[in-house]
Amino acid sequence: MATVDIRQVYKNFGSTKILHGVSVAIEDGQFVVLVGPSGCGKSTLLRMLAGLENITGGEIAIGGRVVNNVPPKDRDIAMVFQNYALYPHMTVFQNMAFSMKLAGAPKEVMEREVQKAAKILGLGDLLHRFPRQLSGGQRQRVAMGRAIVRNPQVFLFDEPLSNLDAKLRVQMRSEIKELHQRLKVTTVYVTHDQIEAMTMADLIVVMNHGRIEQAGAPLELYDRPANLFVAGFIGSPAMNMIEGRIEGGAFQGPGGVAWPLPAGAPSSGEVVYGIRPEHLRLDPNGLEGVVNVLEPTGSETQVVMHVGGAHLLGAFRERITTRHGEVLRVSPDPALIHLFDKATGQRL
Amino acid sequence: MSAAAEQAWVRQAKAQSALSKLFDWKPFLVVMCMLPAVGLLMVFLTYPLGLGIWLAFTDTTIGRSGRWVGLENFEYMLEDPIWWNAVFFSVFYTGIATIGKFGLGLWLALLLNNHLPFKSMLRAIILLPWIVPTVLTAIAFWWIYNPQFSIISWIFIELGLRETNIDFINTAWPARWSLIGANIWRGIPFVAISLLAGLQTISPSLYEAALLDGSTGWQRFRYITFPMLLPILAIVMTFSIIFTFTDFQLVYAITRGGPVNSTHLLATLAFQRGIPGGQLGEGAAIAVSMIPFLVFATLFSYFALARRKWQQGESND
Repeated sequence: MATVDIRQVYKNFGSTKILHGVSVAIEDGQFVVLVGPSGCGKSTLLRMLAGLENITGGEIAIGGRVVNNVPPKDRDIAMVFQNYALYPHMTVFQNMAFSMKLAGAPKEVMEREVQKAAKILGLGDLLHRFPRQLSGGQRQRVAMGRAIVRNPQVFLFDEPLSNLDAKLRVQMRSEIKELHQRLKVTTVYVTHDQIEAMTMADLIVVMNHGRIEQAGAPLELYDRPANLFVAGFIGSPAMNMIEGRIEGGAFQGPGGVAWPLPAGAPSSGEVVYGIRPEHLRLDPNGLEGVVNVLEPTGSETQVVMHVGGAHLLGAFRERITTRHGEVLRVSPDPALIHLFDKATGQRL
Repeated sequence: MSAAAEQAWVRQAKAQSALSKLFDWKPFLVVMCMLPAVGLLMVFLTYPLGLGIWLAFTDTTIGRSGRWVGLENFEYMLEDPIWWNAVFFSVFYTGIATIGKFGLGLWLALLLNNHLPFKSMLRAIILLPWIVPTVLTAIAFWWIYNPQFSIISWIFIELGLRETNIDFINTAWPARWSLIGANIWRGIPFVAISLLAGLQTISPSLYEAALLDGSTGWQRFRYITFPMLLPILAIVMTFSIIFTFTDFQLVYAITRGGPVNSTHLLATLAFQRGIPGGQLGEGAAIAVSMIPFLVFATLFSYFALARRKWQQGESND
């Protein structure tokens, strides 16, 4: 187990700049999720950690040792690939034992270590199957088993769940988290799915266009997004964002609707007004919304409505029977309103 | 608007013509579809093969239709040292050339699989020996191996490494090696390009995984590249063996089987006896004697190509 320090890391592919000075400090045993839209550089950063891409500028240290020029095999890391990268011509046992075989480990040690990992992952009966004969979830487990067997200082996961169906993804998500709690190995996990990030991480690093937008604990990112990008990226359904200006102690949205402001809001200026759908509540004295679409999911009801000229999505625990074209009165929870500077996108 | 026009238009059922009915009749259709392929196979494969086998049991010569002589041609053949020599050289030629082609071809494929500058141009250049008609290759090599004008001899002499021209094709063993060299040169592109195609189907992430697992370059070849290349290697090798064993043009154009029959392959010997020599029956018998070797090569491919266990099972990846 080890700390991982990423200090001012740059990456260029030819003249294309992928990463522009990224710094992350990861504590020993932490589960860190790098999340962002595709092309944001998160996978590249992970591959640089693994040593599969070289580092254009900056430093990466694992366990206090700078590894910029250390070959992958000497970094003491294990990686789970998006497509699992299982050796198709080897059985599950051979796949898991491969690194030990290369290192010239004795047979008993290979047998013991593989059995240990297989027991953790419930692969005991599958050791003599070939990858083709396994289901997606089983292959995923074998890929993790191959990583566990190596007993590394750091686990790296590159979108490991993106090839699984939705149900299996939820199951494997909690299995990976359980595994982390059991082994307590520092883990860096790359995903584009913010739900995976929210549910698994100790620390989420939100990346966009090769820069870190915000790093923090999941709920911190949810409660206090630092800018519009993080606000829109974290949380599902996504935050409502309404452009307008603050005037006369209220937010003037489109269509001349005056929205309530939280305590300590600035007294004037062009802003983006953010409110999460789940932070709207039904209120007979609230804002007048014309219902457009109603989406009941059982546990909650999502309502798309127009308030003035603004689209507003609300998620309510109540069962709503209001129909298309009818009026629903809602009001935002003043304590949970986010204000962002319109020009810079930064939180006010 | 009339009531009839308001009704939806309905397509009228049309009576089928007799011809159309005939083509809808499955047995007829099956025969019609298979006829072109079966016809071509019968005319260009089955008939010549059958004729060849029939001739092998007769004493036909050019200009005289033969009589059935049973196994006489084969009895004579088995006592013929020239035939035995051709058998030896066919096997030797195929064996050494295959080893050479696959060694160099695999090496070339591995090189081309790396990121090289001008990669596509290099690939095109490598295909050249294979695109050129065999006879042109043969003529080129005939010049390269020429006792008087050989460029190889010239280079060696200019470099001061030798004083006299090298004797390439006028003594038995140098001639054999020279022919094998020409065959390897011509065969490499086919092997290299086929194996390159195979190499490119191997996912790069397997190499990355192996890199993280702590493998050296040799170990990645030994444990990943080679086993994953084996299925395609087996196919390409089978084809290569069959083509090399039945080779005719290269040998006939460069040495005509000489000097003193030392470089006859079974195919060139069969032609020599049958057409210039006029002994059609004997030539056919020699040609037929190649069949067991080819059957053996095909069986080899049948077993080597059998799907390996790791390729079986669901392929839902």
